[in-house]
Amino acid sequence: MLYAVLSGFLLAALVPLVHRSAGQFTGWLLALLPAALTVYFASFVPLISGGEVLGQQWTWFPGMDIHLGFTLDGLSLLFALLISFIGTFVLIYAGGYLKGHPDLGRFYIVMLSFMASMLGLVLSDNLVALFVFWELTSITSYLLIGFNHESEKARKCALQGLFVSVIGGFFLLVGIMLLGIYGGSFSIVELLNSSEDWFSAAPLTLLILCILGGTFTKSAQFPFHFWLPNAMAAPTPVSAYLHSATMVKAGVYLMARLNPMFGEEMLWTVMLTLFGGVTMFVGAWLAYTHTDAKKVLAYSTVMALGTLTMLIGIGTEYAMIAFAAFLLGHSLYKGALFMVAGSIDHEAGTKDLTKLGGMRSLMPWTAGAALLAALSLAGVPPLFGFIGKELMLEAVLSAGPLQGLVVALAVVSAMMTAAIAAVVALKPFYGPRVETPKQPHEAPLAMLAGPVVLAAVSLLFGLLPGVPETLLVTAAVTAVAGMPLDFYLSLWHGFNLPLLLSVVGLTGGAILYRYWDRTREPLERLMTRLDRFAPETGYFRALDGIIWLCDWQTRILQNGKMGNYMIVLVMTTVVIVGYTLAAQHGIQFTLDWQDINFYELAIVALLMVTAVYATTTRSRLGAVATMGVLGFMVALIFILFSAPDLGITQVLVETLTVILLVLVLFRLPGFARYSTLFEILRDGFVAVSFGALMTVLILATLDARMFEPISSYFVEAAYPEALGRNIVNVILVDFRSLDTLGELFVLGIAALGVYSMLKLRAEKLND
Amino acid sequence: METLMAYAIGVLFGCAVYMMLRRSIVKLVIGLIILSNAANLLIFAVSGMTRGAPPLIPEGMQLPEGAIADPLPQALVLTAIVIAFGVLAFSVVLIHRAFEVVETDDLDQMKDTDT
Repeated sequence: MLYAVLSGFLLAALVPLVHRSAGQFTGWLLALLPAALTVYFASFVPLISGGEVLGQQWTWFPGMDIHLGFTLDGLSLLFALLISFIGTFVLIYAGGYLKGHPDLGRFYIVMLSFMASMLGLVLSDNLVALFVFWELTSITSYLLIGFNHESEKARKCALQGLFVSVIGGFFLLVGIMLLGIYGGSFSIVELLNSSEDWFSAAPLTLLILCILGGTFTKSAQFPFHFWLPNAMAAPTPVSAYLHSATMVKAGVYLMARLNPMFGEEMLWTVMLTLFGGVTMFVGAWLAYTHTDAKKVLAYSTVMALGTLTMLIGIGTEYAMIAFAAFLLGHSLYKGALFMVAGSIDHEAGTKDLTKLGGMRSLMPWTAGAALLAALSLAGVPPLFGFIGKELMLEAVLSAGPLQGLVVALAVVSAMMTAAIAAVVALKPFYGPRVETPKQPHEAPLAMLAGPVVLAAVSLLFGLLPGVPETLLVTAAVTAVAGMPLDFYLSLWHGFNLPLLLSVVGLTGGAILYRYWDRTREPLERLMTRLDRFAPETGYFRALDGIIWLCDWQTRILQNGKMGNYMIVLVMTTVVIVGYTLAAQHGIQFTLDWQDINFYELAIVALLMVTAVYATTTRSRLGAVATMGVLGFMVALIFILFSAPDLGITQVLVETLTVILLVLVLFRLPGFARYSTLFEILRDGFVAVSFGALMTVLILATLDARMFEPISSYFVEAAYPEALGRNIVNVILVDFRSLDTLGELFVLGIAALGVYSMLKLRAEKLND
Repeated sequence: METLMAYAIGVLFGCAVYMMLRRSIVKLVIGLIILSNAANLLIFAVSGMTRGAPPLIPEGMQLPEGAIADPLPQALVLTAIVIAFGVLAFSVVLIHRAFEVVETDDLDQMKDTDT
C-alpha cells in the first residue's frame, strides 16, 4: 500500500517528462495510474467484504511511535476506491477542460500529488502520518484553488481555504497529541481496539473539541462552510474532485473513523448531530439562493457534508448504513454534476443558471448525464441517491433527543435539494434557447467520459443495490459502527414514513422549482441584508485584526532603531539568565586573592581602565589608542597564561586593527553627542547589568566543571599521528583542518567585500 | 586568577554593550572590538588558566612533560581572533561606505531607507 500511495507522488515528479512527449494525450496517459490503482484496490474487495482488515507497517520514527502504517478496511477501501476511480475521470476531464492551458503540466503535478496525499490520508493507520497527509491535502488544494494565480480573486480564495483548513489542522494536531498521550498510542487500530479506560483520566471535552475543530473546518461544517464555495475559483476538475468527492470528505472520514471510539460520548453525538443538521440546512438554503452553477453545487456539497456529519452523530444502525450509502451516492453524482457544470461553462461561456437554457439538442450526452446525476441528487428512484436519502430519512426518524429538529431540517433540506437538482439539470438544457456568450457544442470525449460513466454508475447501483451493498457498503458500515451489522439495500422499503417524507420532499422541491425564477429578486435582497451576520464577515474581521496587530507590533518592536533591538535582546538575556541563575545556583561575588600575582593584577587593572576610558573619552584618537592598549593587554594575558600562539596572533591583529581604524575612522566625523542624559543612564544601566551578569555567570561556571576536558586525545595524538610539536597548531591545521579552511573562506569573503566596497562605486543617479 | 578575570571580562562586556548602544557609528565599531576581546577572554578564562606551561611537545618526546595548558580552547580562540578581525575589517569599510552614501554617522538616521 505504501507503493500505491507513493506512486502518485512519483508520477507527479515525472509529469514534466510525460507532458513534454505526450502533449494533449497527457491526461489520458496519467489517468492510467488512478485506473490501475482502482483495479489494485478493487482486487481487495473480496477480502475486505469478507470482513478482513489488512495492515502494513513501515518504521518511520521508531523512537516517537510514528510509523507509516496503512490499514485497509471497509471504510478506507470505500474512500480509496472513490479517490482513484473519480480521480481517473477527473484527470481525463482536465485534459479536455484545460486543453492548451500553458500551466497544464503544473496542474497535473499538483493534482497527482493531491490524489496521493488523499490516498495516504484514508489509508494511514498512524494518526501522525494521517496528519501529515491531511496537511498535504491542504497545501495541494491551496495550489489548485489558486491555479489561476494571476487572478487576485483566486489567490484570495485559495488563501482563505488554506487559512481555514490550516487553523483547523492546528486544532486537529492538538487533538491527535492528546489522543496519543492519553490513549497511549498513535495507531488508530490500537486505539479502537483498546479499552476506553483512559477516558476518565483524559481531558475528553478538550480532546473531542480539538478533533472536531479540525474535521469541521476541513469538511466545511457551519460556521466554517464559507471557504468551500469560494474554493470554486479553482478550475472545474478541481472542484469536481477536491470539493465534492475527496478532500472535503477527509473530515467526514476522520469522524467516521473515530466514531467507534467516541460514539458513546454525549458531546460527540450532540455536536455532530446538531452542527451536521444545521450545516445541511444552511447548505441547502444557500444553494437555493445562488444562481452560479458551481456555487449552487458547492453549497449542495455543504448540505451533503452536513448530512454525513449528522448521520455519524445520530449513530444508530440505520444512520451508519445511511452514511455509507449516502457517501457513495453523493461522490458519484456530485462528481458528475461538477463536471457537467464545467462542460457548460466551457462550451457556453457562462455558468450563471439564469442565462442558460435549451441546450439539450446541442449537448445531448452532457444533458443526459446531468439529468441522471440530478435525479440521484434529488433522490428520485431508481437512482442510487434515492436509497441514500431514504435511509437518511429513516435514520433521522430515530435520532433520539434531537429528533424533532433534525427531521424538520432534513425534510426542508430535501425539498430545497430537489429544487436545486431540478434547477441544475433542467435550466441549462430545457426550455427556450437562451443566447450564450459562446455557441455551445457537445463536449469532447475527454469531458464526456467522466459525467457519463459516473451518472451511469449511479443508475446501475440504484437498479442493482445488491452490488454496492455486498462489495462496499457492508464492510464500510462495519468499520464505522465498530461491529458487523446485518442489513440489505433496496429501492423499495414498502409504504412507510420515510417514503412519505420523501414524497413530501420531492413535491416541495417541484413547487420550489416552479417559483425559482420569481424568487430570485427578493432572495437576493434578503441575502444582502443577511450578509452582515454571515460567518465569512467574521473571517474578514479577524484578518483585518491580524493585519492591525502586525502593524502595531512592527511599529513598536521593529522600529529600525538598532539601540532598541539591542536593549530588548540584552535585557531579555539578563532577566531570563539572571533569574534562572539566582533561582538555581544563587548569585555570589567571590574573588580569590591568593591566586593573583602583582604584575597580573596590574595588567588586568590596565585592561579595565582602558575599556572604561574608551567608552567615556570624547577624543577619537584617544579611543583608537586605548583599543590598541586593550588589545596588547589581552595579548599579554595570553602569553602569561601559556598561550604563546594566541599572544602572537593577537599582537599582529591588534596592530592591523589600529592601523585600519586610524586610516578609515578619521575620514568620519568626530564623536558627536547624540544622547540625552536619560539615554546615557538607561544605556549605562543596561551595560552594567549585562557586565554583572557575565561576571556572575563566569564565577558560577568556574566551580561547575562537570566533565573532563576532551583535549587529552589531541595532546596524545599530536606527535605520534600528526608529527607536530605545537599542539594548538596541530589542532588547527590537522585535526580540525576543515574548520580552518572554512575560516579561510570567511576571511576571503570579507576581503572580497572590502575590496568591492572600496573599488566599485554605484553611479550617482543624478549625474 | 580566573575569579579576577571574571570581573575584567564583566567590565569589558559592559563597556562593549554601552558602546554598541550609542548612536554614533564609530562608537559601535569600538564596542564591537571590545566585545570580541571580551568573548575571547571568556573562552580562555573559563577553560582554566595555567601559568608557564604552553601546550608544546619538547624535542625528542612523544608527549608533553607534566601538566600543560588545555590546547583546545586556545585553538578555538585563535580562530575567533582571526574571524573577529575579518568581521571588523568588513564592518569598518562598510561603515565608511555607508557614511559616504547617507552622509550621516547617526544610526537612528540611517534607518530611513531613502538616501
